[in-house]
Amino acid sequence: MNLHQSDETALRPAWRSRVSPSKDPMSHQNGRRYLSLLLFLFPLLALLLACTPSHPQSTFDALGDVAQKQLLLFRVIFWAAVFVFVVVEAILLYSVIRFRRRPNQAHPVPIHGNSRLEWAWTLAPAIVLAVIAVPTVRYVFETGNVPENEALRIKVIGHQWWWEFRYPQEYGNVVTANELRIPVGQVVVLTLESKDVIHSFWIPKLAGKVDLIPNRTNIMWIRAESEGEFYGQCAEFCGIAHAKMRFRVKAEASESFEAWVKAMKAPPPPPGSDAEAEGARLFTQKGCIACHKIEGTAAVGILGPNLTLFASRSTVGAGILDNTEYNVARWLRDPDEVKRGNLMAALAPFYRDPTMRLKEGEIEALVAYLHSLQ
Amino acid sequence: MAALTVPGVLRRPASYTGLWSWVTTVDHKRIGVLYGVTAFIYLLLGGTEAFLMRLQLARPDQSLVSPEAFNQLFTMHGTTMVFLVVMPLGAAFFNFMIPLMIGARDVAFPRLNAFSYWCFLGGSLLLNSSWFLGGAPNAGWFSYANLTSKAFNPGHGIDFWILGLMVLGVASMAAAFNFIVTIVNMRAPGMTLMRMPVFVWMTLVTSFLMILAFPVITVALIELMFDRMFGTNFFNPAAGGQPILWQHLFWLFGHPEVYILILPAMGIVSEILPTFSGKPLFGYPVVVFSGIAIGFLGWAVWSHHMFTVGLGPVANSVFALTTMTIAVPTGVKIFNWIGTLWGGSVRLTTPMLFAIGFIAMFIIGGLSGVMHAAAPSDAQQQDTYFVVAHIHYVLFGGAIFALFGGIYYWFPKVTGHLLGEGLGKLNFWLMIIGMNTAFFPMHFLGLDGMPRRIYTYSGEMGWGLWNFVSTVGVGIVILGVLVFLWNFFSSLRRGRPSGGDPWDGRTLEWSMPSPPPLYNFAAIPRVNSRDAYWEQKRGEVGDPPTNSPRSNSHNEHSSNGPIGRRPQGSYSDVAEAARLSIHLPGLSYFPILVAIGLTLAGFGLIYNLGLLFAGAALAVLSIYGWALEPVSDPAGHPLGH
Repeated sequence: MNLHQSDETALRPAWRSRVSPSKDPMSHQNGRRYLSLLLFLFPLLALLLACTPSHPQSTFDALGDVAQKQLLLFRVIFWAAVFVFVVVEAILLYSVIRFRRRPNQAHPVPIHGNSRLEWAWTLAPAIVLAVIAVPTVRYVFETGNVPENEALRIKVIGHQWWWEFRYPQEYGNVVTANELRIPVGQVVVLTLESKDVIHSFWIPKLAGKVDLIPNRTNIMWIRAESEGEFYGQCAEFCGIAHAKMRFRVKAEASESFEAWVKAMKAPPPPPGSDAEAEGARLFTQKGCIACHKIEGTAAVGILGPNLTLFASRSTVGAGILDNTEYNVARWLRDPDEVKRGNLMAALAPFYRDPTMRLKEGEIEALVAYLHSLQ
Repeated sequence: MAALTVPGVLRRPASYTGLWSWVTTVDHKRIGVLYGVTAFIYLLLGGTEAFLMRLQLARPDQSLVSPEAFNQLFTMHGTTMVFLVVMPLGAAFFNFMIPLMIGARDVAFPRLNAFSYWCFLGGSLLLNSSWFLGGAPNAGWFSYANLTSKAFNPGHGIDFWILGLMVLGVASMAAAFNFIVTIVNMRAPGMTLMRMPVFVWMTLVTSFLMILAFPVITVALIELMFDRMFGTNFFNPAAGGQPILWQHLFWLFGHPEVYILILPAMGIVSEILPTFSGKPLFGYPVVVFSGIAIGFLGWAVWSHHMFTVGLGPVANSVFALTTMTIAVPTGVKIFNWIGTLWGGSVRLTTPMLFAIGFIAMFIIGGLSGVMHAAAPSDAQQQDTYFVVAHIHYVLFGGAIFALFGGIYYWFPKVTGHLLGEGLGKLNFWLMIIGMNTAFFPMHFLGLDGMPRRIYTYSGEMGWGLWNFVSTVGVGIVILGVLVFLWNFFSSLRRGRPSGGDPWDGRTLEWSMPSPPPLYNFAAIPRVNSRDAYWEQKRGEVGDPPTNSPRSNSHNEHSSNGPIGRRPQGSYSDVAEAARLSIHLPGLSYFPILVAIGLTLAGFGLIYNLGLLFAGAALAVLSIYGWALEPVSDPAGHPLGH
């Protein structure tokens, strides 16, 4: 997307300096050789870099303050590293080729060292590192310290293998799961906790990760620069379904964010069809309400994800499948097939006991009900 | 005491041939060979584990490997490569080469040395038996608490991991003490510390790191074992325990462990480069002090594995800075190695190619290491494939390349035959092309947001292409390893005879025939300089040859020309040693018995208290037997005295 441009602009100066014409007339031919080498290499590099921004979790496509600072620091160090890499590998290759043994060569002079040289190459990396250290320390504090006190504070709780988001009292203590809604352009402070094991909260386009650790509260902050849906994923190995512990962050204009908060507090609409009514009945009768909560209904469980306004979410199963009727039905039919190891498959009686299996008609009704929640 | 001298109980075994001679051996060279062969078998196992994971990840949404199996695979791949491959391959070279390089006839404690090996074997078998006993450990090689608690990990896998690592830790501690005492006390006259080969220096530094690091992991393992087996709450959050404590303990061990893996590799490279450049190591004191400095600084950087734990900006800044500091001594080493090549007469033999490949790859791994040191940008890289790329450049492009270089370099000393050069070069090029194809794309994957330790990913993430390329790369590496195996087995018998000094070597191990006689040195050499054997050959230092002949037959052995293959540890060596009045350490059953006892005790802790006590009793009784074992054979074998 828009990073496509930012990547190219970041690269351009470096390339320009490589192809800049030299004043030395002798280098003309050399220059042409370099140019043809570049013509060969450039499509390759372009391919490499063009691949980069199209990834939904690319750290190059930084669209939040924290991620941008982290990317900037990465770029500084990256180009310093490229410089060191080119110089040192070139000297290494040169010395291997230049000093290859030739026939009838005399024994080389047994030099044991050169203290001036050795001082020089002790100091050289020290200086490069000192230069890198300055922005590093600066950004440690800038990304670590929360910039504003009166920010929206949301509690993020990690569960095996889904995410719970709790909004503060000013936002009606709204609770939701696997899809974090935030107002665009505002600093949002996340307090991170875990119910079971260590997880790590990561939205690559908005901010680097911070761990969620039992018996501990961590803090991170994000600010989305543009509206949109951002991909996130658990980054600390947390057990069998770690790969499928994903989530989304939706950044939206503050009016629609406020509207969403209001809707979250409202009771669900009355059933619009027989199927929806049947689904609502089954949701209670089958015991779904023991683990799931739907605001304004008898469903008050807290073990599993809160399903209020479920239909307005874009995914099912903690960020892993699009929230389509087909996928919700697939999840209800056999959650373990979709996400091996999840607790719903392990705890719900109709998955534990094959004789109590949900019938296709029941699944259809439940899907209709869940998709009416919007 | 009479009871203890019951015939047969404490009589020392006497056979120098056959299977029993390997079981009871205390010869550092044979123990080195045992370490090397065992570690290489584990390299094949760990590589197979890696290949299975790569096949699973080659395309999005595959299900070749179940999530349960995948978690076991990456846990065992990491644990195997660190504890059962790179460390013991290093130990193989310590064992075989250190006494030869310092002019000693064996290590300080030969039976303890045998015990180290058998403990290593016992611990590794204990760990890997979990595959057949209900499932391997599955919480990663770092096994973060509290995912390892009984509540979240009810099977026995973690127990096997804990006890396997404890037994392996005993092996490492015993070996480390042994090598420190050997290096400090048993150097030939004239070999001052600053005349020691750099490989010996790096072994010394590594041994100190092991002695200081393994107790830390042992404490953590014991706490975890108590949590799991006896209901303590060190890491149980529900009872106020702190999972973070595990991370601090693990990485306080884990980061020095990284240097335990890489310093021996740097030592090997520091031996190979001067030999094939025809020049002494450039800036020897600086290379040595850099190694020591890395060893020290390695203790001040552990929290860079924990930048996302939320230790706060001050702690993160401090650890970012200390981590960057390590790049200075590392950079110095690289420049000194290049300085060694500069102005030399460089022979591009296979060992040399691996050593140069080591430098080239280690530069990449070092630079990505500096990137991780910057805590803010590391928050984007931590626990992604970018880190996987980094560790493989350091540990595969680094440690494994150097160890392969070491194998090509010292194989003729061990066997008396050269490995094939043509196949060797093919092996090198396949491995370096393969590893770059496998691991370089992982940098892209990490920056594109692919976390580590996921068993699958969906196609929409856009990670399919580079994952596929990476899997192809691993296939190329495997071809390289197959070429090596072919080369190894064909050269073992039919390789070109090497003679004592095939490379025009510089250090003392090249001054003796290949394979070396059982007693190593007929006469302990006198050392007058660094690169002792080189100076001796060139006559640049006025002293007579160090390995001065005492008999005609020895004279024959130490000639530099090609000689026939001599069976190692043969009876003729034993007779020769007796004739030269050289004391050889007697063979012993007890090291393996103690190791068997400890391993059984490990199984016992998991399954059955009776077995625990039986194992412990066997270990304790064997230690008594060991302590009371007569120095000389009561039967009056000609060897003993």
